Amino acid sequence: MSENLTGRNVSMDDLLGPLRRVFPARVSGQALATLALAVGFSLVVPGFFSLGSMRSMMFQLPQLGLLALAMAIPMMSGGLNLAIIAIANACGLAMVTVLAHLPLAGHGAGYVTLCILLALMTGMVLGTALGGLTGWLIVRTRVHPILVTLGVMSIVEGTSIWLTRGEVISGLPSLYGQIGNASLLQIPLAFLVFLVVAGVMHVVLQHTSFGISIRMIGSNALATRYSAVNVDRVTIRIYALSGFLCFCAACLMLARYNSASAAYAKSYLLVTVLAAVLGGVDPNGGFGRVTGLVLAMVMLQLIATGFNLLGFSDYLTLAIWGLVLIGVACAQALLKKRR
Amino acid sequence: MTAAVFLELRNVFKTFGNFQALRGIDWDVREGEIHCLVGENGCGKSTLIKAVSGVHAPDAGGEMRIAGQEILSFDPMRARALGIQVVFQDLALFPNLSVAENIAFDANLGRGFSPKAAIRRKARETLDRLGHDLPLDLPVDSLSIAERQIVAIARGLAGSARLIFMDEPTASLTRAEVRRLLDLVRKLSAAGIAVVFVSHRLDEVSAIAERITVMRDGRMVGTYPAYALDQRTLIHLMTGIEIASHHVARDCTSRDVVLETRHLSRRGEYDDVSLCLHEGEVLGLTGLLGAGRTELALSLFGMTKPDSGALIVHGQERRFRNNQDALAAGLAYVSEDRLNLGINAEQSIVDNLDIAVLPGLANRFGLISDASRTQLARDWVARLNIKLSSVEDAINTLSGGNQQRVILARWLASHPKILILDSPTVGVDIKNKEGIYALIRELSDQGVGILVISDEMIELFATCDRILHMRNGRIAGDYNPSLITEQALEERIYA
Amino acid sequence: MPDLSSLRNRPEFWLACVIAIFIVALSLATPNFLSISNFVDLTESYAVQAIMATGLFVVLIAGGIDISFAATASVAQYVAALLATRFGLSPVLVIPAGLIVGTLLGFINATLVHYARVNSIIITIATMNVYFALLMYATGGHSIYNLPEWWSDRITFLQFETAGGDLVRITLPIIVMIASLGLCWVLLNRSKTGRQLYAMGGNAEAARRIGLNISRLQFFAYGFAGFMAALAGLVQANRVGEAVPNALYGTELSVLSAAVLGGASLLGGVGTIGGITLGILMLAIIQNGLNLLDISPYCFEIITGAIILASTSLTALSVRSRTRSRLVEEAPNV
Repeated sequence: MSENLTGRNVSMDDLLGPLRRVFPARVSGQALATLALAVGFSLVVPGFFSLGSMRSMMFQLPQLGLLALAMAIPMMSGGLNLAIIAIANACGLAMVTVLAHLPLAGHGAGYVTLCILLALMTGMVLGTALGGLTGWLIVRTRVHPILVTLGVMSIVEGTSIWLTRGEVISGLPSLYGQIGNASLLQIPLAFLVFLVVAGVMHVVLQHTSFGISIRMIGSNALATRYSAVNVDRVTIRIYALSGFLCFCAACLMLARYNSASAAYAKSYLLVTVLAAVLGGVDPNGGFGRVTGLVLAMVMLQLIATGFNLLGFSDYLTLAIWGLVLIGVACAQALLKKRR
Repeated sequence: MTAAVFLELRNVFKTFGNFQALRGIDWDVREGEIHCLVGENGCGKSTLIKAVSGVHAPDAGGEMRIAGQEILSFDPMRARALGIQVVFQDLALFPNLSVAENIAFDANLGRGFSPKAAIRRKARETLDRLGHDLPLDLPVDSLSIAERQIVAIARGLAGSARLIFMDEPTASLTRAEVRRLLDLVRKLSAAGIAVVFVSHRLDEVSAIAERITVMRDGRMVGTYPAYALDQRTLIHLMTGIEIASHHVARDCTSRDVVLETRHLSRRGEYDDVSLCLHEGEVLGLTGLLGAGRTELALSLFGMTKPDSGALIVHGQERRFRNNQDALAAGLAYVSEDRLNLGINAEQSIVDNLDIAVLPGLANRFGLISDASRTQLARDWVARLNIKLSSVEDAINTLSGGNQQRVILARWLASHPKILILDSPTVGVDIKNKEGIYALIRELSDQGVGILVISDEMIELFATCDRILHMRNGRIAGDYNPSLITEQALEERIYA
Repeated sequence: MPDLSSLRNRPEFWLACVIAIFIVALSLATPNFLSISNFVDLTESYAVQAIMATGLFVVLIAGGIDISFAATASVAQYVAALLATRFGLSPVLVIPAGLIVGTLLGFINATLVHYARVNSIIITIATMNVYFALLMYATGGHSIYNLPEWWSDRITFLQFETAGGDLVRITLPIIVMIASLGLCWVLLNRSKTGRQLYAMGGNAEAARRIGLNISRLQFFAYGFAGFMAALAGLVQANRVGEAVPNALYGTELSVLSAAVLGGASLLGGVGTIGGITLGILMLAIIQNGLNLLDISPYCFEIITGAIILASTSLTALSVRSRTRSRLVEEAPNV
């Protein structure tokens, strides 16, 4: 409504622009809150500020982190992907099955590595293809993504259960676990993988035509289509990317559980939605940053570890996560109203 | 002899945050009169309607009387109880409910059991009074726009209306439908029901109105008898600006043809359209809404596929698979529906400005730097003289005129050879309108072929070198604006 | 009266056709399928989900969504069970208490959705986690087995023997389910509040302009969903004879599937109780048919998923073909 006629000089913009882009107000606030949480727990909880608890946090965080990324990217486009856990488990099962059926015993490390790479390829192709197929269904049927991904979830999960008879499948070569649980300078490899993937996703979302289009589709898909963006192609890629991230999560899950099952991490599904929203992803689409999401993951992990050390149950942690989200959502709504 | 005053406003203000939408309104509507309310977009017409229908409470201090009774507290229910009904521009119907329930929804207010039989009876009665027949049990979303409008009017009438506001009721109707609507309005007026008609089409306004009220910047300019106004005076009153003289049409037909269609047809949309657009020419395309203008433009821009005929761009026949192909061929299209098909409202000006040219900003690794985006945005903001404080602000913080300039910049950044502008100044205030006309002329001087789709004669005559008239999907006439007057052309369009 | 052509546009009609085909096929394939006792068993096993679905359905009609109903049901069930066992209260107090707990949890959802104006799916996912996690934390996941007899006893309303000699019992869950569906039908189709809910779901802005009390309607819808969830929780305890805190957890998406299968739109305002009933019947018949045909029960999820995809996309495509005029926004450009 209000027309901006002040014509303020843009020099402020020149100075603060780049800084603001990397650390927008919300992300800075979140970083402060995370820091405060970390300091608070360190002061209150004995044993919180230690290498051991740091390392355990860095082991636990990546799995949920990658799944939250897989959820967040469709959300930025105004969609949702309820099939992420099912796809991740399907990838895990496919990779274990490949490895369990290849004759590994008695072969050298080089051969085993090759086999692992083959398994990884299988998982990656499967995850990306399932995601892409989901996107294709959304584009073709124009049914709400909640429903399409709900259907895909049932089919993928059902197929996994059917083929495995609901059992846990193991049989990974020990090398896989060794790599998966290795550390570099005390930093778990899983955490490094998460940081690299998150970093790449940040660049993709902020600095590629594809990434920028995702958020534009999320705020007004029709206007974006009119702006000569191939909305359908981008949508398919969004879900394919989400499927790829599920594959990444599956790799870490394999290392952590040393097995795969159709039922792992099922309770994470709705938690990833919470994590994404907490990380500043607009559930209606259009907004969201990887930096915010990573900080939200750290925050959730700090809460989980802190309360764990205090002897609280996992359920209490889950309840607190939910309450934090409600609090943040309400605070944002109030701020918006005031503006 | 004048009828008694039904609605009377004295010194009414309405403030949103620090924006004053209504500034001391003094106004009255008489019983049974047909009264037109005109003004530019954003002048406060809609706010005024919402204030007198109880949707927005006016600021304290003003005075409102309905049928001589002073109104102290007000809400939509009370407004309707007093006989004030509104047919909103978006009709505000319930698409999932039946015709009968939409018409007699008031019977569903409160608690208890829903009186099904009474609702049907009331709906039937009301439609009979209007002389219309609609299937009572059909959901409203299966009706045509004109039928929906009847339902919306019937809803107003069913609530024992004494005053009905109609907000831009003709915007999406065909001429025949408009005529029927105007007949209906006269019928209502004859039955003692006052109608306030909000419209910007002077021909309609002067056809039925007894009095015309002009609003500007949240204030009343004045109320005039309808016969005392012509379009130029009206525009002067609405905007406070005298429209500059006509642009002199140039003959561009000897220049290269940049865009040509031959017998282009698409079933149900447009039929056998052959036209030529020359380099640096501004070609107007006018006609009633629904004449197929926008549909044709969408096919030119590759968003729909013609069933038959040829589309020739720069001498080459093209079949666009989508609008990316069209963009690559040097076309650009600015939609008429800025809100839904133009802007990404909450996103920044940068995002809105470079969305169509993003791939071109990428370096050889496919990466786009923030600096290059900001630079592009700043360049265009400066070139089109867009007033803003930061290119990082959301586009919806800008006025309509500046938003439209950003959208124009979005397409100009792709350096189009052919620019299709669909109603380019809808919702743009008059100062920015003039600016956009100047920009169109400047672009044509640089050799861009421009197709201007519009139903505003002033706009067409201010920019075009040639004007095509479309009717029922066909080209019905080709006019040189120097050889025909605005009135003559308008008469042909609405004939 | 709606004529046949309008009937054909209703998803309920197609669903009924598919169900009829399934029934015929399954009756031919297995003799046990088309028996009254099988149908009654089948109904009883889906009664709890059906009751929850009615609550969810009212929220969907109002233009929202509720994911927290299963957690609400568990909390209400557990609170009622505690009151009955720990304090030995009579059913006259326990049942209303359980229902009130459910309704209050629904009101919390309504408060957050209405006043904080947060997307209802996000809010109810959050409250689902909070309700469920707090329940598990407080109870340590322990079930209550010693429910009083008035609760855990099987209550049979009607009992008869079929010609084949099977004993058929119409039990409490079935009766409550039928009553819930009936109540919901009356509410939505015959009460003014129900018509207002449809109106709000169809066009919220128009509802506001016409002067509907939006906050009352929101509280009504989410409160009703909570109430129905609590009722389902109480019935569930009666069916299994114990209160298990995580027994219903995880049924959220399958109940949502049933509602969507029955033609309820996630965008609000569209759907009928008949459709919901058919949706649940469909899921029940598939599961039952698979059991009788001795097909791996693991296939159930696959078939459910395929049916959700097929039915929603067919509905969407048929709607699209009817409204060609605005094809522009729909035209795929892959």
